[in-house]
Amino acid sequence: MARNFSIQRQTGFTTIAVICFVALYAPIVILVVYAFNSGSSIANWEGFSLRWFAQAWNNNQVIEASWRSLRIASAAAVLATIAATMAALATTRTAPYRGLTFKYAFINQPLMVPEIVTAVALLIFFSRIKVATGYSGLGYLILAHTAFCIPFAYLPIRARLEGMDLTLERAAADLYATPWQTFRRITLPLLWPGILAGLMLAFVISLDDVVITNFVKSGGQDTLPTYMLGQLRRAITPEMNAISTVFLLLSVGIVTLFFFISRKQD
Amino acid sequence: MADAAEAAKNRERRDLRNRWLLSTPALLIILVAATGPLLIVLLYSFLAPGPYGDVKWQFSTDAWVSVLLERDIFDDTLSIADAHLTIFLRSVKLALGTTLLTLLFGFPTAYFIATRPERMREVWLFLITIPFWTNLLIRTFAVLEIIRNEGMVNSLLLDLGLIERPIQMLFTDFAIMVGMVYVYLPLMVLPLYASMEKLDFRLIEAGYDLYATRFKVLRRIIFPLVKPGVIAGSILVFIPALGAYVTPSVLGGGKNLMLGNLIELQFGQGRNWPLGAALSITLMAIVMVALLAYVRNAGSSEVRHG
Amino acid sequence: MPDLPDKNAIEVHGVRKVFGTGETQVAALDTVSVSIRENEFFTLLGPSGCGKTTLLRLIAGFDFPTEGEILLYGDDIAPLPPFKRPVNTVFQSYALFPHMTVAQNIGFGLEMLGKPKAEIDARVTAMLKLVKMEQLARRRTSQISGGQQQRVALARALAPQPKVLLLDEPLSALDYKLRKEMQIELKRLQHETGITFIFVTHDQEEALAMSDRIAVMSTGKILQVGSPWDIYDRPAERFVADFIGETNFMDAEVISVAGDRATVKLLSGTDISATFPAGTTPDGKVTIVVRPEHARVVAASTKSALSGVIENIVYLGTDTHFHVKLADGSPFIVRQQNSRSGPCGFDKGESVGVDIASDVAQILKD
Repeated sequence: MARNFSIQRQTGFTTIAVICFVALYAPIVILVVYAFNSGSSIANWEGFSLRWFAQAWNNNQVIEASWRSLRIASAAAVLATIAATMAALATTRTAPYRGLTFKYAFINQPLMVPEIVTAVALLIFFSRIKVATGYSGLGYLILAHTAFCIPFAYLPIRARLEGMDLTLERAAADLYATPWQTFRRITLPLLWPGILAGLMLAFVISLDDVVITNFVKSGGQDTLPTYMLGQLRRAITPEMNAISTVFLLLSVGIVTLFFFISRKQD
Repeated sequence: MADAAEAAKNRERRDLRNRWLLSTPALLIILVAATGPLLIVLLYSFLAPGPYGDVKWQFSTDAWVSVLLERDIFDDTLSIADAHLTIFLRSVKLALGTTLLTLLFGFPTAYFIATRPERMREVWLFLITIPFWTNLLIRTFAVLEIIRNEGMVNSLLLDLGLIERPIQMLFTDFAIMVGMVYVYLPLMVLPLYASMEKLDFRLIEAGYDLYATRFKVLRRIIFPLVKPGVIAGSILVFIPALGAYVTPSVLGGGKNLMLGNLIELQFGQGRNWPLGAALSITLMAIVMVALLAYVRNAGSSEVRHG
Repeated sequence: MPDLPDKNAIEVHGVRKVFGTGETQVAALDTVSVSIRENEFFTLLGPSGCGKTTLLRLIAGFDFPTEGEILLYGDDIAPLPPFKRPVNTVFQSYALFPHMTVAQNIGFGLEMLGKPKAEIDARVTAMLKLVKMEQLARRRTSQISGGQQQRVALARALAPQPKVLLLDEPLSALDYKLRKEMQIELKRLQHETGITFIFVTHDQEEALAMSDRIAVMSTGKILQVGSPWDIYDRPAERFVADFIGETNFMDAEVISVAGDRATVKLLSGTDISATFPAGTTPDGKVTIVVRPEHARVVAASTKSALSGVIENIVYLGTDTHFHVKLADGSPFIVRQQNSRSGPCGFDKGESVGVDIASDVAQILKD
């Protein structure tokens, strides 16, 4: 007998979907597997070993770049989240006012422009400032990262605010809470998951950035991604796989955390 | 008498002022480290190149002329700059190809996720999101490992005896396209899924009830209903693909350039910052046109469905 | 009913509230004046969009009047923000703080007023007892049922001992049985606390059952203020009569007026006595209303005010509705209680008489 007719089925769709999922994960899995190769090839399996992780660990450039990445990402994520939270509070739960649309557009502007264009623009601008001020520290990278992290941090915070019941704050005001007390006791605790989500997104986005960092950094300011980009142009050893594996674990860990936090909320 | 009205007006004014104060940090940071510098790029595109990079403070439209045209050194005549045109066309071709392929693979995938039981949908969606949030460079590197001459694909084909010599895939347009489809696929699936999730399957039942075949249901009912998702996904893929820098520079080698690499070149070896600036503005203009088309479309379809 | 003191808790003077600007202006409240007495259970009744919730929000301070004054025991509170007004609100959605326990919710207002901890604790305990929720003090508000949330919302609003308690359709989210229970509970709470309640609802039954006085509102205006009995039996306007309960409207002509009674001639030629709204003097052609339960279907041979043909009989368990077509062609509904079991004794299509009880007809303002 024929299978029951399913209204949702479309011929071949499931096959393509399965191919897509396999294709999305296969390269990553292979990359991770070869991080544990004892040989120096990233194509021929020669046995299990942790030597490439050890080598990466002892590679000063890698460790330095990693620390730099984490420092920039932490600073940029915190700054971007604070700015984004304030901006979200200023742009939600209000009747449209003059300048509101402008604010939306402005905050999301970094998303609209190709990264390479922003990178070039920052290169031009910051090189002038570097010459003028003599300062060439990490500040430029942190500022640049903060700017393109703001729209990412803004997204979940704004969504959370818009989903928030306005009557809760009204109820607080009705119960004699001043506007500041209402914010601290009601709005902020309820907004917290959104802020946390924004912080994590901003952190991951900053950690992953290659293009803008590559153009803005001064000499000796490699982050992990720009260091890897440089190495990719040379002979590749499984050390790259080992670095990538650790990096992947970090990102996936954060994203998984984000997933569970946002899931618990509803 | 008008006390209450007066108080309300004052409150409103204070609220508005607070809203501007609160947005100031974000707006300021973006102005300094994103929007402002873009205006400087515009300015630079009208200056003359300096001998060792940077610019000379001197008005010139040379950069804009040489975006598409070439000035002959001997007789000063202008002709189409083949090199630039080739790169423009390749960029558009690769970006469009990537968009089409991600749509081709992404549509069934999004549909697959949207038709899972509700609890499972989140898990499948999560599986799509993970690559989206993992480092683009690492994912490109993963593709590089697979399609290298000594990579998985060639080894497999050699072992099976299907080929005698490895196929050169790396450093070709094909490699760039494969890489971009791979890295941008989640960007297509996510908005597609968002519109499919809202799909009312009773409409599909109605379609079958009225004698439509599976393909007709897909073409006449599902596709029109999820069209906003298709357009959003296409824009989301097309824009970064057009300005792609990492993927073509890793997988395309030094030869197969896209717009992003051409721009970079002007700030590196090319030492022609004004030209780089003009090319950047051109890229941005193309993106803006695409975005504008999207906003228009989204606006009008909202009206239709609203 | 206990004697109500003559003091006014709330006085609303000529309040107008306009939303929007220019051509899109909408007057949600159109010059409303009303006085609410101390210790009164006062209900604002009307269909959605009539302005009742707007009026409540103006008293609470969530909105500010475009014009007019709102006096609380003589002081104009209209310009004050909500956290400076000694009035509290029970919200339609309850608006319980999801990140706090039941006890923390109830204590919130006192905490914001800066009361010492011991006093807050004592008051929260007393409030929990008042609403019979002692067992659930430590629960999160998401872990209790809708009816319990309702009680917490009440306790939270009563805890700071407001001068006036505002209730914005607080029972609308509850199912029928629970709603009946809470109606009695609310009356008890009002009696025990002695706080003035201003209650907003669109449910006429609820309003009749609970209120000391009712204000019926429509399109931003208060049409009539009075006791439930006044509003039901002596409606002043067609809207009030129509909105509350079922009514028969009939044309009639005033023959004479003596004191607070008028004699009117019905189209059937019968003269009956009718009341009229205070402050009016009816004359000429008028509309009168007669409630369906104030009429009776009788055999055609019996002498009666009206006569007609039964078009339909609807049996409703407790009572039976007769849809009668009167001799002049107009419809008339009679509701008769089923005081004994078995069929009512009349048939569809039968010619009958309709008798109207004495002193039940009311003349409407034109």
